[in-house]
Amino acid sequence: MTRTRPPVRPRPAEHRAGPRVPLVLALPAAAAVLVLLLPLVALVSRAPWSGAGTVLAAPEVGQALWLSLRCATAATLLSLVLGVPLAWVLARADLPGTGVLRALVTLPVVLPPVVGGVALLMLLGRRGLLGAHLDAWFGVTVPFTTVAVVLAETFVALPFLVLSVEGTLRAAPRGADEAAAVLGADRWYTFRRVTLPRVAPGVVAGAVLCFARALGEFGATVTFAGSFPGTTRTMPLAIQEAMERDPDAAVALSLLLVALSLVALVALHGRWAGRVLG
Amino acid sequence: MLSRLVALPVLVALGVAACGSHAPGADDAEGGPTGALTVLAAASLRDAFERLRGVFEDEHPGVTVTFAFAGSSTLAQQVLAGAPADVLATASTPTMALVGDLADEPVVVARNTLEIVVPVDNPAGITSLADLADPGVTLALCAPEVPCGAAAADAFAAAGITPTPDTYEKDVTAALTRAVLGEVDAALVYRTDVLAAGESVRGIPLPDDVRSSTDYPVAVLTEAPNPDAARAFVALVRSAQGRQVLTEAGFEVP
Repeated sequence: MTRTRPPVRPRPAEHRAGPRVPLVLALPAAAAVLVLLLPLVALVSRAPWSGAGTVLAAPEVGQALWLSLRCATAATLLSLVLGVPLAWVLARADLPGTGVLRALVTLPVVLPPVVGGVALLMLLGRRGLLGAHLDAWFGVTVPFTTVAVVLAETFVALPFLVLSVEGTLRAAPRGADEAAAVLGADRWYTFRRVTLPRVAPGVVAGAVLCFARALGEFGATVTFAGSFPGTTRTMPLAIQEAMERDPDAAVALSLLLVALSLVALVALHGRWAGRVLG
Repeated sequence: MLSRLVALPVLVALGVAACGSHAPGADDAEGGPTGALTVLAAASLRDAFERLRGVFEDEHPGVTVTFAFAGSSTLAQQVLAGAPADVLATASTPTMALVGDLADEPVVVARNTLEIVVPVDNPAGITSLADLADPGVTLALCAPEVPCGAAAADAFAAAGITPTPDTYEKDVTAALTRAVLGEVDAALVYRTDVLAAGESVRGIPLPDDVRSSTDYPVAVLTEAPNPDAARAFVALVRSAQGRQVLTEAGFEVP
């Protein structure tokens, strides 16, 4: 090699858009892109295109996909019902100890999901804190059921929705809420008819994020709910299972999940872009 | 340009690799192996191999032993993916065969037998394999890909019973844990697992005509970073002392 050229020759459009990226930032940034994208490139390169049809047409795949979509949808709905009010409390209620509460309820974001699974088992397992009573009084056991999958996914994904909605609530000016209150609307009416419509984009973004996280949930699900086709074996569990039996099938299933996650992400960005441009 | 873009991640990758790399198996002054030894072993070998660790490290003070216990099919996939391991011990000959030429002449060192395991209070009153066909019984089985799952399938086939499992676990210890925690009424695991779990569970042996067992082959890996230590470890497992430890853990030794 004779002389090193700058890694990226700026095209006129980029040049107009802003200052040139200094090399000291460009190199690690390029490395970051490689770290994030090379594994996905490898996944695509190993895709068994010829056999993908047979792999994806297998009944277990449809079963796992359908179960995943149902569970992630249920977890998202549950998160909306519980999470939007929690976000409002964190953003607006001015209660003492809100900071501590926020830290505690968002702990699952940084917690390894498998820890969540163990914790859920200790709470709702057949000998768990609550589970023992559920079993003794009602004959209800939660582990190994689809309900357990939804609970595990909700535990892991709910904080994403709460954080997103709370951020939007904090950013939204309170003027309209206060005006509604001055005009005699009670707090529930104000929340429903004034606050909620104004933060709707944040709620949608939070719900999409929550859905994507629930769709990918593995650790808490396998620990708490177990793995059984049609009942608890969601796509991530099916991928892990396929990896031990037929790595090609695992690659095909992984790509399907990548595609689904991309759809969610594009939906999120479309919404976000619409908000920024609108 | 490309080389500069690629250089950094490569350096990072090398750094990461160096963190997990082995010292080469150079011989020390007394002629024994040194360095690190990585053994990938079936989950059911945990107790026996942990006891052999002390013996091995006493005999070869220059060697640091690291065990990774998991389902045999997981381990086989790791070896195929190039995991830097020295010894592979699986819970069945078909899972050992998955790695093909990467295993250097596997030898069977132990045999394990399948048993029903129930929580010590036996909440569902299980007495035989036939009870496991009751959909009201919460049952954990190993996934069919791992040896204990294959052995369970053989036992049910031999008994002409269709089980109604509630979960397929990724390895035998995961299935055992479900019974230890009392989350399931029964699981099918190996005799050695029932012995290792102690007081919290009870084992129910299967009748002779459906008795299902599995062989444990051990092999030095052809791409072992430390083949000297690997051979020494396999020799220990096959020695009189190794056989005794395996027998005490509940294995049959050929």
